[in-house]
Amino acid sequence: MVMATFKLWRGDRDAGRFEDYQTDITEGMVVLDAVHQIQAEQAQDLAVRWNCKAGKCGSCSAEVNGSPKLMCMTRCSDIPLDKPVSIEPMKAFPLIKDLVTDVSWNFQVKKRIKPFKPRQPDADDGTWRMAQADIDRVQEFRKCIECFLCQDVCHVLREHQMHDAFIGPRFFVYGASLEMHPLDIENRLGDLKDSDGIGYCNITKCCTKVCPEDITITDNAIIPLKERVVDEFYDPLQKLFRIFRPRG
Amino acid sequence: MLNYETHEYDVLVIGAGGAGLRAAIEAAATRLSVGLVCKSLLGKAHTVMAEGGIAAALANVDQRDDWKVHFTDTMRGGQYVNNWRMAELHAKEAPACVRELEAWGALFDRTQDGRILQRNFGGHKYPRLAHVGDRTGLEMIRTLQDHGIHQGIEVHMECTVVTLLQDDGRVVGAFGYDRERGRFRVFRAKAVILATGGVGRAYKITSNSWEYTGDGHSLAYHAGADLMDMEFVQFHPTGMVWPPSVRGILVTEGVRGEGGVLRNREGRRFMFDDIPELYRNQTSDNEEEGWRYTQGDPDARRPPELLTRDHVARCIVREIKEGRGSPHDGVFLDIAWIKERLPTAEDHIRRKLPSMYHQFKQLAGIDITKEAMEVGPTTHYVMGGIRVDADTQMSNVPGLFAAGECAAGLHGANRLGGNSLSDLLVFGKRAGRYAAEFAAEHGAGTIDEAQIESTATWALRYFESNGSAPTEAENPYRVQADLQDMMQDLVGIVRTESDLRKGVEALRDLAGRAQRVTVPGNREYNAGWHTALDLRHLLTVSEAIALAALERKESRGAHFREDYPDKDENEARENIIVRKGPDGEMQVTREALPATRSDLQTVIEEMQ
Ligand SMILES: Cc1cc2nc3c(=O)[nH]c(=O)nc-3n(C[C@H](O)[C@H](O)[C@H](O)COP(=O)(O)OP(=O)(O)OC[C@H]3O[C@@H](n4cnc5c(N)ncnc54)[C@H](O)[C@@H]3O)c2cc1C
Ligand code: SF4
Ligand code: SF4
Ligand code: FES
Repeated sequence: MVMATFKLWRGDRDAGRFEDYQTDITEGMVVLDAVHQIQAEQAQDLAVRWNCKAGKCGSCSAEVNGSPKLMCMTRCSDIPLDKPVSIEPMKAFPLIKDLVTDVSWNFQVKKRIKPFKPRQPDADDGTWRMAQADIDRVQEFRKCIECFLCQDVCHVLREHQMHDAFIGPRFFVYGASLEMHPLDIENRLGDLKDSDGIGYCNITKCCTKVCPEDITITDNAIIPLKERVVDEFYDPLQKLFRIFRPRG
Repeated sequence: MLNYETHEYDVLVIGAGGAGLRAAIEAAATRLSVGLVCKSLLGKAHTVMAEGGIAAALANVDQRDDWKVHFTDTMRGGQYVNNWRMAELHAKEAPACVRELEAWGALFDRTQDGRILQRNFGGHKYPRLAHVGDRTGLEMIRTLQDHGIHQGIEVHMECTVVTLLQDDGRVVGAFGYDRERGRFRVFRAKAVILATGGVGRAYKITSNSWEYTGDGHSLAYHAGADLMDMEFVQFHPTGMVWPPSVRGILVTEGVRGEGGVLRNREGRRFMFDDIPELYRNQTSDNEEEGWRYTQGDPDARRPPELLTRDHVARCIVREIKEGRGSPHDGVFLDIAWIKERLPTAEDHIRRKLPSMYHQFKQLAGIDITKEAMEVGPTTHYVMGGIRVDADTQMSNVPGLFAAGECAAGLHGANRLGGNSLSDLLVFGKRAGRYAAEFAAEHGAGTIDEAQIESTATWALRYFESNGSAPTEAENPYRVQADLQDMMQDLVGIVRTESDLRKGVEALRDLAGRAQRVTVPGNREYNAGWHTALDLRHLLTVSEAIALAALERKESRGAHFREDYPDKDENEARENIIVRKGPDGEMQVTREALPATRSDLQTVIEEMQ
């Protein structure tokens, strides 16, 4: 057991500051346990989101010593405890209180994206056949737990605050999961180019680095989408070709 | 004058897990207005955590499967105290509900010929669980969420319902607060569906999240609804036991479905030592046959690790009690051993059980492709809940419906793995349909301002700043933790009359302490305040569990009485019902189980 100091961000929309709390760390504790212990013993009204405590729900996102993490999957033994550990809310979204931010923008963005639209069922039993190999990639995207850590680190949102013109890596992953879904027949490429602002992504790969689900956001989702957008709108040969071969 | 925002809907759904979302989608399809409230953000409800799969007799992997076999498995698993009609509807309607998810974009793992793949699970005769690796719940909730947001449903996230509003007995709305600002909200509705999930937070060791404080059970109870089968709380045999801070986190049954075995410290597969009569014909008696079963050999019988959860949990408790447990009071669950049989075992494990691999690697520093895990029982699911009509899901209170984990009946004394996710779809859909029907047939009721005022006054008195802090003020987290310790010790896996009586006594004391709770700060996103408000629900459901457990004087399914260790067929003819008496005291009564329809009885007998 060791005594560790945590600097927790306390505050609301208007003002805030770090406050120091000391608490005992025992074997196996994760950062979220420490926060809960502090909450139960010293800061009852502390605001923090969590649900599963097992990296499955994406609720407990925060910045631990400056790096974006799920608090429930960050073991105290993996961070130096001889110095104070800082825990702050995500920066790309407005603060509600303490460690809780207003992530409602993400839910609005999702609603704008054209939903899944399957082709007519074509198997005898009124369903579809799909090969595992054809869905592996999409299953990768569907692992997303909507923790919004990728949104938090993307400079387009974090520094440039372009929330109106850019949907962020999470929703490129979502877009890719729809566009590459073997049954989907909707076309979202125009939106990706225009309202979704995929062009603003300059492939820094910061999002991929923080994804707790290890989704290869940039290489597997964003770059292929960018290529599709280019094919659709900028490549004249491709365009000509498409006139004779309708999209299926 | 109290300040609150009012919202008006035809149908109000409380809870946005699988059951609530499915219900809301169905109700919205009738073009009625639908409101949906949930305590967390959308997509974070408990359903997201489900791992193993959705049970449905699609017969994609084994063509011998059909609804009759699924029905029989469910009844046998529930030790025949299930509501047979619900078991019938569930078995018949689950396959269509799974296909519907696929039509909404869900991508399940596939068979060789491109259909939905199904895996083995405890108590299911054939491979029956549609799944996506070990993150099936995420696939399900995301599919429902992404479909649901385009159906015109109005969603209130991070909003907690504190009480149901009634007009002459009928439920006509709900009263609650938003977490962000602590502002009060009134929801008026012609019909209300509860889909609030379970009660696991009543116990110290649990796989459940903070949300599981039994709100729906308690809201319904206080509105006059019957609770049924509350003595049946499922302790899942395999939760993590080490390190202490992760104790209780679930290790999916899928590990055993993929060939994982349980061993004691002597290395013995102790599950072979005690195979119940009811399952002897279906269970292998040697390791070789058990392995073949997990690899899809249709002629092999299931390994004893895949017996029902109640039984496996008790065997584990026995091993630990008799000194044959693992170092941290669990037993070993070993999947790494399959490398003796499969050359690509490590890859296979990582592909089939990715989040288990992840979970142990990150939280316990254990590589499950190389080492055995340590596991022990954890509070997981409540079979008991709000008593509903099997077809319509309406409770005995007009206008109040319930679906999903908070409703009772389908699972009887023990739920089979995978039968919850299918339950959510089948009965969520039904609740949505019939609540909409009810709403179409009834006008809006009258809201009782006095009820709102008194609830608000009650909710606000917890604040220190109210000046009325009692001399011995209590911390809400402390009271909650003491309740959890008590329930774990006295109303847990192994029960006795004297422990249960002590438990009931302790609950009175805890209720007294809950009255003295105070919280600092203001109404904005104040977790202490939320915890204080939830205590009432926790106390209510804990008392219901303890009293029902006292009443059932036999051991059946998840309910194990050391003083009545055997089944008693007389006891099995009755359900135990808990309701609020005229004087506000909790009353316990018994009611005869409805007789199984004769054709279904024949089905059960034919499948013996
Ligand atoms: C780790 C784990 C793994 C599991 N694996 C499987 C599996 O593989 N297969 C299977 O079939 N089952 C599994 N289960 C069980 C299954 O996941 C649950 O029983 C099921 O998801 C419950 O769904 P629900 O819709 O009833 O409730 P939930 O999904 O829990 O949703 C409850 C909703 O109600 C809301 N709510 C609660 N109280 C209030 C209130 N007072 N006011 C407003 N809103 C409220 C919550 O915010 C939430 O939105 C698993 C459970 C766990 C914990
Ligand atoms: S790769 Fe693109 S989306 Fe990802 S962080 Fe960088 S700019 Fe943002
Ligand atoms: S893509 Fe990864 S980082 Fe982004 S929200 Fe999803 S899980 Fe989180
Ligand atoms: S609490 Fe669910 S991801 Fe951390």
